[in-house]
Amino acid sequence: MELSEHLFRHEAGRMVATLTRIFGVHNLSLAEDVVQEAFCRAIEIWKFRGVPENPSAWLMTTAKNRALDVLRRERTARTFAPELTRQLESEWTLAPTIEEQFGPGAVKDDELRMMFSCCSPRLSEEAQVALILHILCGFSVDEIASAFVSSHAAIEKRITRSKRVLSGSKKLFDISGAEDLARRLPAVQRALYLLFNEGYHGASPEKAVRVELCQEALRLTDMLLKNPLGATPSTHALAALMSLNAARLPARLDVSGNLTALAEQDRSQFDQTLAEQGLRLLEQAATGPDVSDYHVEAAIAWVHTSAQRTEDTDWATIISLYDKLMEIRPSPIVALNRAIAIAQREGPKRGLDEIHAIQDSERLTNYPFYHAALGELEIGSGHLEDARDHFVVALKLARNSMERSFFEHRISACNEHKTYRETPNL
Amino acid sequence: MNEFVFLYRGGQAGRSPEQAQQVMQKWMAWFKELAEKGHVKDRGQPLEQAGKLVNGKRKTVTDGPFAEAKDVVGGYTLILAKDLDEAADLSKGCPILDFDGQVEVRPVMKLNM
Repeated sequence: MELSEHLFRHEAGRMVATLTRIFGVHNLSLAEDVVQEAFCRAIEIWKFRGVPENPSAWLMTTAKNRALDVLRRERTARTFAPELTRQLESEWTLAPTIEEQFGPGAVKDDELRMMFSCCSPRLSEEAQVALILHILCGFSVDEIASAFVSSHAAIEKRITRSKRVLSGSKKLFDISGAEDLARRLPAVQRALYLLFNEGYHGASPEKAVRVELCQEALRLTDMLLKNPLGATPSTHALAALMSLNAARLPARLDVSGNLTALAEQDRSQFDQTLAEQGLRLLEQAATGPDVSDYHVEAAIAWVHTSAQRTEDTDWATIISLYDKLMEIRPSPIVALNRAIAIAQREGPKRGLDEIHAIQDSERLTNYPFYHAALGELEIGSGHLEDARDHFVVALKLARNSMERSFFEHRISACNEHKTYRETPNL
Repeated sequence: MNEFVFLYRGGQAGRSPEQAQQVMQKWMAWFKELAEKGHVKDRGQPLEQAGKLVNGKRKTVTDGPFAEAKDVVGGYTLILAKDLDEAADLSKGCPILDFDGQVEVRPVMKLNM
């Protein structure tokens, strides 16, 4: 019996969510300890006896038995989930209650409940994303730090603080109330969107890590879609946007994990299954009057994905979609992407004008791809020395070796072009 | 072929789920390789960490764990190998060694006089 990829991570999320539901959110760390024990036990036994037929069920049963031990042992010393207190007190109702709480339907809801709880308004967006990765995706502090190219200390601080806020809340978020759920839903969507972007645009030089973050975001969004209250048009649009972009990810990162410029992407590497799934989701998203920023971004991703070759891209549509996005969610990054699209359609000079006209462009000065975009357009305008200067700045801001080597290549391309152009004058 | 016992000690560390899964997969791969080459007589059993210790003439019984976690035997395997050197060589592939653990290799005593 082989273990499916990331089985332990996903089971960790499910088990912590269910145990926290039973123990109460204030006992989050107790739930984490029980999960840790369940894994240790699994390894010790499976080593010698082999992996069981259904490893997920085995882990869940182990967690359930441990939970029963804990509940019996600490019944007097601790309080558990307030809504279950009565059932957990009596030995008659304890086991059946736990059995019910570990049923497949209950467990599915637990993950969603935890997802909504992690997106508390008392936590910053980046704290929410880290917490979701940690609790629901089973990423350790070190794994998050490496995925975000951040220090262990910084992430540990963020996680510890976020957990304190979460376990300090009275109870887990109640996902049965339609109104409350609708009010919290945008924050959950946003966190999943940011998680996806961390993979798609992220700082990690490891291709595998980036792909994994995207997959996790898709997996959690899918969970949201399975809940009738969560499956809104905007959630479908979010899932569409992730699928369509994820379809392009293999081409975006070439074999050595390098970023590939849009024009050089090998479109035969696009993941057709994901692209088709994205289109289907996009159709499902178009059922209401509301057009969210996710709808617009998904539509942009669809235009990119559906073009046979880069030169076939329908830039006019992309520009109008960016105009729309600037209305719904204006930001310097959106404006930058809009300017790049304009350059594709109307030439580098127009693109440069648009970039120079961006409001709040000072917020982009630490973003390496802002300088890279200026560099590309200066190359297009024949100003190789200016282009080179921009790439030098981009290189200084590069967040990892992959970005560094990408910018180094652009710098040497500028240098080569220059030599080539100057040679006839010698 | 002669019989040997591998006794596993320590090698426990707080690990992330992903690392735990990788450790698990390494153990599976290691046992598979040993088995394919005909070295596994009995894959063996894991042992619980806690237990009791019964002492001397007075038969005093004390509770475990008796030692630091790294010194507790966590399980055993029965191995077939040509000689002690080969058995020790086979133990070098054990994933427990990557986590500061130990494999004790002991020949099973033979009955021939």
